[in-house]
Amino acid sequence: MDKKRHELNIQLAQMLKGGVIMDVTNVEQAKIAEEAGAVAVMALERVPADIRKHGGVARMSDPAMIAQIKKAVSVPVMAKARIGHFVEAQLLEALRIDYIDESEVLTPADEECHIDKTKFNIPFVCGARNLGEALRRIAEGAAMIRTKGEAGTGNVVEAVRHMRTMNREIRQLTEMPHEEVTGFAKTNGMPYELALKVKELGRLPVVNFAAGGIATPADAALMMQLGCDGIFVGSGIFKSADPALRAKAIVKATAYFNDPKKVLEASIGLGEAMPGLEIAQIPPDQLLAGRGW
Amino acid sequence: MALHLVKNSSAAIGVLDLQGGVHEHLDHLERLGLASRRVKQEDDFTALAGLIIPGGESTCLARLLNIFSLKEIILKEFHRGMKIWGTCAGAILLAQKVVNDQPCLGLIDMEIERNSFGSQLDSFVSEAIIEAVGDEPIPLTFIRAPKILRVGKDVKILLKINDYIAAAENENVLVTVFHPELTGCLALHRYFALKCGLKPTASIPNNIDPHWESYSWTRHSRIA
Repeated sequence: MDKKRHELNIQLAQMLKGGVIMDVTNVEQAKIAEEAGAVAVMALERVPADIRKHGGVARMSDPAMIAQIKKAVSVPVMAKARIGHFVEAQLLEALRIDYIDESEVLTPADEECHIDKTKFNIPFVCGARNLGEALRRIAEGAAMIRTKGEAGTGNVVEAVRHMRTMNREIRQLTEMPHEEVTGFAKTNGMPYELALKVKELGRLPVVNFAAGGIATPADAALMMQLGCDGIFVGSGIFKSADPALRAKAIVKATAYFNDPKKVLEASIGLGEAMPGLEIAQIPPDQLLAGRGW
Repeated sequence: MALHLVKNSSAAIGVLDLQGGVHEHLDHLERLGLASRRVKQEDDFTALAGLIIPGGESTCLARLLNIFSLKEIILKEFHRGMKIWGTCAGAILLAQKVVNDQPCLGLIDMEIERNSFGSQLDSFVSEAIIEAVGDEPIPLTFIRAPKILRVGKDVKILLKINDYIAAAENENVLVTVFHPELTGCLALHRYFALKCGLKPTASIPNNIDPHWESYSWTRHSRIA
């Protein structure tokens, strides 16, 4: 990928700022999401809550399903490839969707290497739990970052942890003298040049969305107030009692995240949220955020 | 650098702060020495000289304008004399006719087609001279861009490329399907400021700011 193409891919993510990207599993859901004001949809066969329930190996979705969704909506379409599965990524690029999520929600295909994203023209978003992980993905060519959170739980605690960790590390970098950056970058697995960039900018050099466990308008506003640029909602919408209503409410709360009155209005009368999972009750080998490195 | 938070001043240009490329436009306005502010609440629109509706997703922006009754407020301020510039999604919201969709603000007589080039893989950059704006070529960034298919007779075409119109204006509205805020070129922002009756104080040779970088928007969005 040439430099200009990479810049265009980062810029598409910039145009998504302040918006909500929603997981959808069929054309009908994609239309509900678009109608509610989603800035993009993530096309996948099963939302993370179901992937969690069914177990087994989770792979890239059926290209026919992704193609149908692409045809049905005018907003950007994203789809997931397994960590390290560069051929799934090649197929998604050939399908000409708009963005690939190299995602820990699917079963990793490679336990050593993430996809070399610089080899692609299509943009990638990747999950991260901390600044080092985010900068390693950016070094590999990711054009957008999201927190990993713990997908499919309806529990925002891990996304908060990941965002607070990134923010703390960004603050540390901006405050430390230049000569301390080498050691800090080494300790935290950060590519040095990117650590310097973060020190200069006081934030990630690309757009950073919240993902993993967001289930309510208040969750979305919380992540926005913590400094996220936008929101991914996976299972939170279509596993709730009234998806269309909840989708609209999360869009409203994300746009007006710093206006408690509007977030309150958006939170009234939504019906049941998705059932939540306590993180401590998930067997450690079934936690998704630990996938990737 | 601090933002110019000028409340209720007729000298300011507002950027609609609901979703999309808000920081990028604020950054350009600041580089020209223009007073600017984010607008998203009813009071924010009072006495603005101009409003920029940024790129983003037009369906999302249209929903939010309707839900929060901002559409009526924008129309009221427009009829009071506020000029409006829409980039990309903003241009879609301003069009009187949108292919396969309902119009939103409908303030310029033109027909526009959303996402008219294809997927993100079809996004591209080029450059062109826009005679009404200046003699120098202007870098153009098209991201999942719409195409203006035709315009009415009170609308002036500013830039036509192949079979589509990329920039146009009437007396009170400017539309561009590309993103000047994603390049170092300030020419269109200067052009809009003049349309609003404002005079940019900063003088920048050829309207290309050598200090602009693709990261420049981030200074309006720092964590630390």
